Amino acid sequence: MKKLNLVIIGNGMAGIRTVEELLAIAPDMYNITVFGNEPHPNYNRILLSPVLAGEQAFKDIVLNPVSWYTKAGIDLRMGCAVSRIDRVNRQVHADDGSCVPYDRLLIATGSTPFILPIPGKDLTGVISYRDIHDTETMIATAQVKKNAVVIGGGLLGLEAANGLRLRGMDVTVVHLADWLLERQLDKTAGKLLQQSLEQRGLQFMLGEITEAILGNDAGEVSAVRFKSGKTISADLVVMAVGIRPNVALAEAAGIYCNRGIVVSDALQTYDPRIYAVGECVSHRGIAYGLVAPLFEQAKVCANHLAQMGIGRYLGSFLSTKLKVTGIDLFSAGNFMGGPGSEEIILSDPAGGVYKKLIIKDDQLIGACLYGDTTDGGWYFKLLKEGRKLGELRDHIMFGESNVGDVGVQGHSRANQMQDSDEVCGCNGVCKGTIVKAIKDQGLFTLDDVKKHTKASSSCGSCTGLVEQILLNTVGSSFQETPKTKAICGCTERNHGEVRKAIREHKLLTHRSAYDFLEWRTPNGCATCRPAINYYLLSTWPHEALDDPQSRFINERAHANIQKDGTFSVIPQMKGGVTNASELRRIADVADKYQIPMVKVTGGQRIDLLGVKKEDLVSVWSDLGMNSGHAYGKSIRTVKTCVGIEFCRFGTQNSTQMGIDLETMLANMWSPHKVKLAVSGCPRNCAEAGIKDVGVIAVDSGWELYIGGNGGIKTEVAQFLVKVKTAEEVKEYAGAFLQLYREEAYYLDRTVHYIARVGLDYIKQRIVSDAIQRKALHERLLYALEGLPDPWAARIKGAQRQEFIPLKVIA
Amino acid sequence: MDMNARNDWVQLCQIDEIPLLGSRLVERADGNIAVFRSAAETVFALLDRCPHKGGPLSQGIVHGTAVTCPLHSWQIDLSTGQALAPDVGCARHFPVKVESGFVFLALN
Repeated sequence: MKKLNLVIIGNGMAGIRTVEELLAIAPDMYNITVFGNEPHPNYNRILLSPVLAGEQAFKDIVLNPVSWYTKAGIDLRMGCAVSRIDRVNRQVHADDGSCVPYDRLLIATGSTPFILPIPGKDLTGVISYRDIHDTETMIATAQVKKNAVVIGGGLLGLEAANGLRLRGMDVTVVHLADWLLERQLDKTAGKLLQQSLEQRGLQFMLGEITEAILGNDAGEVSAVRFKSGKTISADLVVMAVGIRPNVALAEAAGIYCNRGIVVSDALQTYDPRIYAVGECVSHRGIAYGLVAPLFEQAKVCANHLAQMGIGRYLGSFLSTKLKVTGIDLFSAGNFMGGPGSEEIILSDPAGGVYKKLIIKDDQLIGACLYGDTTDGGWYFKLLKEGRKLGELRDHIMFGESNVGDVGVQGHSRANQMQDSDEVCGCNGVCKGTIVKAIKDQGLFTLDDVKKHTKASSSCGSCTGLVEQILLNTVGSSFQETPKTKAICGCTERNHGEVRKAIREHKLLTHRSAYDFLEWRTPNGCATCRPAINYYLLSTWPHEALDDPQSRFINERAHANIQKDGTFSVIPQMKGGVTNASELRRIADVADKYQIPMVKVTGGQRIDLLGVKKEDLVSVWSDLGMNSGHAYGKSIRTVKTCVGIEFCRFGTQNSTQMGIDLETMLANMWSPHKVKLAVSGCPRNCAEAGIKDVGVIAVDSGWELYIGGNGGIKTEVAQFLVKVKTAEEVKEYAGAFLQLYREEAYYLDRTVHYIARVGLDYIKQRIVSDAIQRKALHERLLYALEGLPDPWAARIKGAQRQEFIPLKVIA
Repeated sequence: MDMNARNDWVQLCQIDEIPLLGSRLVERADGNIAVFRSAAETVFALLDRCPHKGGPLSQGIVHGTAVTCPLHSWQIDLSTGQALAPDVGCARHFPVKVESGFVFLALN
């Protein structure tokens, strides 16, 4: 296929991010030409403040060096401005006289600083704060001049003022509103911010309207005069009063603009060959001035440029962070409140901490934090998810660590960690390594950080911490990972959408699912295939066919792979009960196959470790026991205590209850592993409080707890219901597990599922509604009916080739 | 790698004996070899050792023309043995061919 021509006007973060996304999914579709006004390759504009403050050098903030363009085969025209778009002939004309034809055009011209239309605005020494040139001018001026005036007390203005102060200038910030950052902070937080900036030597004039900038005979700025009559001297004036989308080129070409180039959800302008992204666009009436939305737009736009046509940009939630080292503030959503909303406020002015949360209809709708922003990321997540707060409301102000949602104890405060502190215990990644990767490689998302550092790529318990580090490092450019994100890179769709389609359109095979859902890859990847396999099987039991090649090796081989490629074998011991004959067979197998280690597991069973793959089937055959499913996203084990039969405290037959439950749930696949426990009295020796379903016997019946977890994050199970009979225990437990099987996303444990839908919802489905409960229980029994024990099936010859080497070469 | 007649071709099996989007193991004293079959019926052979920590690639999930190592999820390109970015490393790859439905592997 002949390559199409793609021209990009604008060599900034939005345009180049779009190119990167495009190259990742359609590397050979276009000849790409990039025009950029500035004589630099793409750099991280967000990090201009650290450059101004002297914390980083320009070379540190370059995102794509010239060599990157060369390697990607991009025709880069730096320092070359486009003068005209000729839509009729589909060409762009540049001011160096060159002319480039396009099949697709991407406008990413960004924004221009708004310059107050006042006398003196053109004097030498009056600048804006937008690019590296402005930054360099400020640095140079600071070396020879003394007085700086920054007009505008917004994010950019304050960062400029702070940088100039650090460079040794006397800085006055002039601001129209009554407090600083009035669009990001409420008055209290704004005043706290002002105090701490004053302590750093900045001066403020609030509520002042600038009337004119005065100059000397040489045409250089000398002073600023206000409507109030006051005048202050100035050698440098930085205008940071806002930005305007840069639409001149588009408008001249007749493309519809309305406070920005108007684009659809596909980032397409009114000319279907022309796309636009970044600060120059107006999407659903909003022109974004922060970086996170640009990246979301870039992803969608690249998808359409690659002619895949499935992504939609639906707008962005924004959060704010000031990049002034040592000042922590964070705000997101509607932090001013209003009719019908409530405020929770924690105020400690002496300690320099102020937090305000706005709640409406049991949802967090805004947050404004000053002094302690540790939980900013968490609040932002709650806000974006629109999660019902419920019981969380009582604790929300005290932060995520307080509700036990962070994970490893004492590791919840990214801010306070040293660079040498370990963040990811699985892969041994320290905070410093993560911060360095984020800065050096220009990472903005959790996925990027996972890929480059491996942090949080294994057990995931440090995910929250890594997100905090990201947030702290890149500030407002941080891209939060929504829970409803796409399953993997093979698709735009999330778990909920996929599951719904499989149910509503009765998709029974992997092929039909990938085709119907327009998967980008021919046959998925190691992330989505197991998920799809589970959704097919759980939605259409006895109809959809299991695909062993879409299962992780443990579920394919029905044993647990170990680091040396051998396997571990755990036979079923219902309720942890065994007998002499089984133990003898286990001992014989251990001898016969020279098993290197025999170990008792935490689930009251026996593990034979170090079995060669080709021995698995004969080991199972010699054991003569069923699979313990200790390797799958499936029922694992039901742990029990001895109960009333032997124990002097026992109130019920907990051992038999465990055996009955394990029998009922045999061969059950689930979104993630499922563990149960039954204790015979409230002393709870079976540790039912940390199981997916925990049953505790009391004298008058049984108490059921759900959503406990003893692993990555210790979670205490929540009380569901108290029942009288053993039959009811099975019905309630079965119904809950079926609900989890039908509704949880793949790889969500019960605790995650309950956190998403809420305990009230579970109670309503399982406890209040007897008909639904019975129906759920029935569906579980139907799904499990007639399923063979996987070990027995393989002894009979199923999946034979899995266990036998193809050939042995001497 | 030189694919000429100097190769010592060993007949392994019929192509159907390797599961689609799956692999089979060839045991060998100098290190096992994993033989993969893609959905497009292409056959690949790699040394059964992930360049990361030696994981058995033959036990991984095959997708497109890559395999994901079962130990730490590195993705290895089946045609070159190179780890996919941002990981860096290479598993040795061996010439394979399919003739009249039979799979042949070259060891030297």
